[in-house]
Amino acid sequence: MKLKFPAIVAAATMLAAPAMADLIVPNMSYRTGPYAANGIPYADGFADYFTLLNERDGGIGGQKVQVPECETAYNTEKGVECYEALKSQNPLVLNPLSTGITYQLIPKIGVDGITLYTPGYGRTSAKDGSVFEWVFNAPANYWDGASVAVKHILDQEGGDLTGSKIALVYHNSAYGKEPIRTLQELSKKHGFELSELPVDAPGQEQKSQWLQIRRDKPDYVIMYAWGVMNQVAIQEAVNIRFPMDKFIGIWWSGSENDVKPAGAGAEGYKALTFHGVGQEYPLYDDLKQYVYDAGKAAGAGDQTGTVLYSRGAYAALVIAEAIAKAQELAGTAEINAAQMRDGFEALDITAERMVELGLPDFGAPIQLSCENHGGDGLGRIQQWDAAAGQWNLITDFIEPDAEILDPLIKEDSQAYASEAGLTPRCN
Amino acid sequence: MDQLIFASEVMLNGLMTGVMYALVALGFVLIFKASGVFNYAQGVLALFAALTLVGIQNGQVPFAHLINAAFGTSLHHFGWTVPSILAVALTALVMVGLAFLIEKLVLQHLVGQEPIILFMATIGLAYFLEGLGDVMWGADIKTLDVGLPQGISESIESVTDSWFGYGYFIDRLDIWATVIAALLVAALVAFAQYTKQGRAMRAVADDHQAALSVGISLRFIWVMVWSIAGFVALVAGIMWGTKSGVQFSLSLIALKALPVLMLGGFTSIPGAIVGGLIIGVGEKLFEFAIGPMVGGATENWFAYVLALLFLVFRPQGLFGERIIERV
Repeated sequence: MKLKFPAIVAAATMLAAPAMADLIVPNMSYRTGPYAANGIPYADGFADYFTLLNERDGGIGGQKVQVPECETAYNTEKGVECYEALKSQNPLVLNPLSTGITYQLIPKIGVDGITLYTPGYGRTSAKDGSVFEWVFNAPANYWDGASVAVKHILDQEGGDLTGSKIALVYHNSAYGKEPIRTLQELSKKHGFELSELPVDAPGQEQKSQWLQIRRDKPDYVIMYAWGVMNQVAIQEAVNIRFPMDKFIGIWWSGSENDVKPAGAGAEGYKALTFHGVGQEYPLYDDLKQYVYDAGKAAGAGDQTGTVLYSRGAYAALVIAEAIAKAQELAGTAEINAAQMRDGFEALDITAERMVELGLPDFGAPIQLSCENHGGDGLGRIQQWDAAAGQWNLITDFIEPDAEILDPLIKEDSQAYASEAGLTPRCN
Repeated sequence: MDQLIFASEVMLNGLMTGVMYALVALGFVLIFKASGVFNYAQGVLALFAALTLVGIQNGQVPFAHLINAAFGTSLHHFGWTVPSILAVALTALVMVGLAFLIEKLVLQHLVGQEPIILFMATIGLAYFLEGLGDVMWGADIKTLDVGLPQGISESIESVTDSWFGYGYFIDRLDIWATVIAALLVAALVAFAQYTKQGRAMRAVADDHQAALSVGISLRFIWVMVWSIAGFVALVAGIMWGTKSGVQFSLSLIALKALPVLMLGGFTSIPGAIVGGLIIGVGEKLFEFAIGPMVGGATENWFAYVLALLFLVFRPQGLFGERIIERV
């Protein structure tokens, strides 16, 4: 039998492409390059959660979830290339795990009608759903993080920060600069002095910044870093003997990768988080039974239970719940991208639902609406136990300061609306 | 007065940082000097060396993920650890083996080609080695501990405190880096001046054709120079990897060497050291004095401004050889 070339191409395409009825949720990952150590656990957690749903429940609403992976290498240009390539597969939602890529995609997704989900990163003012129709950033954003950190410091200092000094060490990029405005407003409100110390990417050399911290002796240091900047900053803080329990990183500065190179010196370092830590959740029993033991784990299967693995799985969980809600609203399991967006806007993950999902008290309840695409922005503080080699949660969920944040978000989103010629919706 | 004391502390730290930059720049100089090739892969060599060192130290099974995927095994570690000194020696051997393979599989086929072709080959080599390192040892961040001390030198702190009423911060790792760099440069200079192989290396650097005509093996010299550059990369990888953990961004330290090379010249070992010191001190003092007025984060770009300024007056760099071509 002779096979003709077009027939071979057609057969190959059918094999490579997901079945038409499948739910497509791409995994925009970075398993290579300077940030691979962080990209891998997140991508594994994201993929493993959907594998669990497929294996245990037969997918969502009877539809299997396909998770095609595209390597961005945490590079904005490659991320946009991934977007263009994935677009043709009719994805329901994209989670690019990069603020730079997110900023590039925001104008595109509105035109293409694809939902962007950016938990804990991306453009903060995307919380305003009246302007950012297709972007969701629940459960928390960068400004929530800054506010929660200051609230924790207030709690540590008996509620008064008058005359205190707080230094912000940040990645000199769009991401790192995000909390500046918020912290400036909070410094006016609480009377602390804020110093801003940018570090150029990648951040392997930070001697100047830490010498300045040693001279200025701030009471607290807040850090917004990523990749190697985290490890170097924590080591430099150890070197100058800065008290680690007064050094607080955003959630992207709070993985095991960030603290382990500093060894015992990192004991007591704190970081924000918007989800639980470790593997002591019933969900992991199911993951073990249906994914790990079945040999279906993503990657090398060695990232289970790490902070970034948990975060990737949590992002997948929120997306899965939004898909289920979209199916419920649409009355069909075969939803499209517009219905997916509706599902996100009607998302309501309660504490009881988190128990049903096998993650009791893992994340704060998330309730979204047309106006609110970012949830309540609650965060917790975790602290590193170097001897045990694990993070421990040391606070309950803390609410951010809405009085400061809401006007800032409105101001920024309105500015974007004017610039992009958008008419706010949700009226 | 306080500002003067702070500035002197910044300057001392700048000198130490400059040594760290110079360690990376040295590898570039060695290869450029002997073959006229700008080795784009030097940063990746440092990464590969550090990954290999940690892998050997921890008894990690190379290519474990690949083996496990192919044979359904669950290999990770051999179950032993290797003492630091032995691990460094074994890694140095691996770097010699790598140099041999690079010469055999890449350079040998490009003899007589334009320098730009060799440069392009090193770009390919960089990406290949990065991928190989990933497949061999994994992409996770590894803690590197070869026994080098880190943290503030308390004796310097207390002495300066008694003199100036302010204790200077000097990182003990930086002090070690300075000592090691000094020993390394002395050894390299002695090797180049007083050994037969060193003289052959200099002859090749001066004139390939003339060296060949007197029976010097170009292939041997290339293997030797890449081996030495691999060893220098190992030292740089140890110093930088101790600071930040061994991770793939380690290859980006090459970016820190470029202004040093522009300033010190591509062909001078002392130039790499002096260039490193000038860049280190210059960028730190600029950040200290001017940084706060312009929002900080000036070091990356100021290093290049400084190098460009020197280039205007000495295009061949401070210690580079002036090339005069007669037509």
